[in-house]
Amino acid sequence: MLRFLLTRLSLIIPTFIGVTLLTFAMIRLIPGDPILLMAGERGIDDARYAQLKAELGLDKPIIIQYAHYLNDMAHGNFGKSIITREPVFKEFLELFPATIELSMTAIMIAVLIGLPAGIIAAVRRNSVFDHAVMGFSLTGYSMPIFWWGLLLILLFSVNLGWTPVSGRMAVLYFVEPVTGFVLIDAWLAGDWKAFQSALRHLILPAIVLGTVPLAIIARMTRSSMLEVLNEDYIRTARAKGLAPPRVIGLHALRNALIPVITVIGLAVGGLLGGAILTETIFSWPGVGKWLIEAIRRRDYPVVQGGVLLSATIVMIVNLGVDVLYGLINPRIRKGR
Amino acid sequence: MNRSLSQLAIGTALVLALGAGAQAKTLVYCSEGSPEGFNPGLYTAGTTFDASARPIFNRLVEFERGTTKIEPGLAESWTVSEDGKTFTFKLRRGVKWHSNRNFTPKRDFNADDVLFTFNRAWKTDHPFHKVSGGKYEYFNSMDMPKLLKSITKSDDYTVVFELNEPEAPFIANLGMDFASILSAEYADAMMKAGTPEKADLDPIGTGPFYLVNYQKDAVIRYKAHPAYWAGKAKIDDLVYAITPDASVRYAKLKAGECHVMPYPNPADLEAMRKDPNINLLTQEGLNIGYWAFNVTKKPFDDKRVRQAMNYAVNKQAIIDAVFLGAGKAATNPIPPTMWSYNEAVKDYTYDPAKAKALLAEAGLPNGFETDLWAMPVQRPYNPNAKRMAEVIQADLAKVGVKANIVTYEWAEYLKRSKNGEHQTLLLGWTGDNGDPDNFLNVLLGCAAAQDGTNRARWCHKPFDDIVNQAKKIPDVSKRTELYKQAQVIFKEEAPWYTVAHSVVYKPVRKEVVDFKIHPFGGHIFYGVDLK
Repeated sequence: MLRFLLTRLSLIIPTFIGVTLLTFAMIRLIPGDPILLMAGERGIDDARYAQLKAELGLDKPIIIQYAHYLNDMAHGNFGKSIITREPVFKEFLELFPATIELSMTAIMIAVLIGLPAGIIAAVRRNSVFDHAVMGFSLTGYSMPIFWWGLLLILLFSVNLGWTPVSGRMAVLYFVEPVTGFVLIDAWLAGDWKAFQSALRHLILPAIVLGTVPLAIIARMTRSSMLEVLNEDYIRTARAKGLAPPRVIGLHALRNALIPVITVIGLAVGGLLGGAILTETIFSWPGVGKWLIEAIRRRDYPVVQGGVLLSATIVMIVNLGVDVLYGLINPRIRKGR
Repeated sequence: MNRSLSQLAIGTALVLALGAGAQAKTLVYCSEGSPEGFNPGLYTAGTTFDASARPIFNRLVEFERGTTKIEPGLAESWTVSEDGKTFTFKLRRGVKWHSNRNFTPKRDFNADDVLFTFNRAWKTDHPFHKVSGGKYEYFNSMDMPKLLKSITKSDDYTVVFELNEPEAPFIANLGMDFASILSAEYADAMMKAGTPEKADLDPIGTGPFYLVNYQKDAVIRYKAHPAYWAGKAKIDDLVYAITPDASVRYAKLKAGECHVMPYPNPADLEAMRKDPNINLLTQEGLNIGYWAFNVTKKPFDDKRVRQAMNYAVNKQAIIDAVFLGAGKAATNPIPPTMWSYNEAVKDYTYDPAKAKALLAEAGLPNGFETDLWAMPVQRPYNPNAKRMAEVIQADLAKVGVKANIVTYEWAEYLKRSKNGEHQTLLLGWTGDNGDPDNFLNVLLGCAAAQDGTNRARWCHKPFDDIVNQAKKIPDVSKRTELYKQAQVIFKEEAPWYTVAHSVVYKPVRKEVVDFKIHPFGGHIFYGVDLK
């Protein structure tokens, strides 16, 4: 197990370098100059432009800039935003809990609904339920998130008035941020009304963000279960008279889970992408919206640092998934 | 599931409603984005000024709410010397600063605060100059370092600004957001504590509201400053719910989650007009969208060609197709809400035959080929430049002119057009200080033609002499006369095709009383009440 972990960890370093190189190159490859964008129609005189460029270190050759950047990263210095002049890491820490809270809830919804739906669909293959689940998941998978989000807002928030339109908590409430997770902070503060408000604000965005992973998980679980259910050992288990729930729950599910977990792991990466849209629609103060704004304004340090930090999270999650495989399937753990 | 959800919702709604009844008056504004920071001197975005300069701070002079007229602010009165170079301000007494958990003011506002504010931005060796990144872009772009000769205090309540040359718009500059007065005492205290940047992060101002809490991308909370010099605000709490998407802002407005929203989608305006809970306020924006002809390039060096262009394009079609009605056809380079706007100037009519005749007269009976630059971004003065370019292109084809539409990424577009690489281009301008000089000189003067802000590169001595003369006289009625003349010359010489002034729409809920659209585009909640 230790060797397995070490091998996985050693792969992280080249991935890191790849991410830094890609983000560094990409943001510079798109045309657009942060200083000129800031100046807008008003313009800026040449001397002042040169001065600002030098202050931001953008006057140096690209390769030197990259070396500086790598060096800073290696020392844990993510730089300061060109726009707000706040440290990138500080902004990330401020916003990341919101993204995590939303993503975790979304993935929970996806797993809690997607997994059982997939299993039942597989067991009752070709039943009405099966067709319904597959139909819904195909729809969910093909749904444009932006449209879906606005549709839910119009129905539940504007017309029915069941849920709030956007934000993390009603403006009447205020809880001192301790963990940055509003639900936990409200609970810690013992403010039950604030907790309820936060929960109500979380429902719609989590459903919207969870829709695509839910669809994928349901489909993956179904097909993976179908495959396993045809295996000889399942027939054997059935033949020796085991109760169906035990056959499905223990023998089939455990083996069917591996591809499903892979998909969940990958979905976490996708969630960060989906979060960008969801966060914009629901005015959710997370990293997705922050990164988009930074790209728009060519805020180089934020894009570089923000993407690297997000990539780190995705890598950690995928590492976690790899470890989970090992736990579920000893053959992977033992390298056989 | 649904039932319990709705029960929960009804329960919470009841709690909210009861809570709200017992609570103070809270106005919620669905703002479009997060501020860059809270010291208005350091930034240039309107979103930042809405969150900092307008609620938290005051300036020496202020713009009367809803107009471009200047009125006393932290200065009770001022005088300008004969030569127009010396401005003496008598400061208001008894103005109280806000306090926060790190700072309690020991004195009222005085001349030291004025000196601190301007010296910090101006003097590169000022101990606070470099704090918080130390970039004072607006201060620089309004040419303050070139204008200022000295700032001195004759006593605690008198400040004298000496300029290098007479500059009448200087007073208006001091009313701009970047000139918000900061507390010298607070800055000193933070410097002593070793955390000078706190002076910018946790602002202390003299304004009608003080900052309570800010969560990036989520919410900004303010409370009314009880000791505000002009009287406590009518609302007790002011909350900015940061909501970047216009459709969502509208949904929140409809659901009653906010009272005022900026920048509605043009497509939603019709529904807003019909909504009984919403008042749709409207005003012409302090801006101009134009199509400039580079007079240094052929054939636009010929006035007749430029006039022909003015006759060739149907303005109303642009207003309908591009602005979807949310624009007003522009005749002059300054908007009608600005003083000295010349009503007597007549715009060119849509007359393709006349355009053809003028072209023939200029020796181009078969027309010519030109480029037509269109911006890649949506701006307040132009919601869709590409579309506009297409409309113009089609009209030009009718008089034999072939226009090729060109576009670049926004920063590149600004840079290249500043270098004069274009023949014709679409661009525009939003006013800074409500002074006609800020349009006529900055966009059409000879100095601007040299540095490129004058995209037509049009340097016409009679026009330039007038606007430069007007800049030096403090007397507004004399200036008005000169600017009116300048507008006549501009129209005759036709360096631009003046397209439109956008119309600003502001949907507010019915319970909001006395909200006024600010001509500069900002949002001001002092003076606003809730029913």
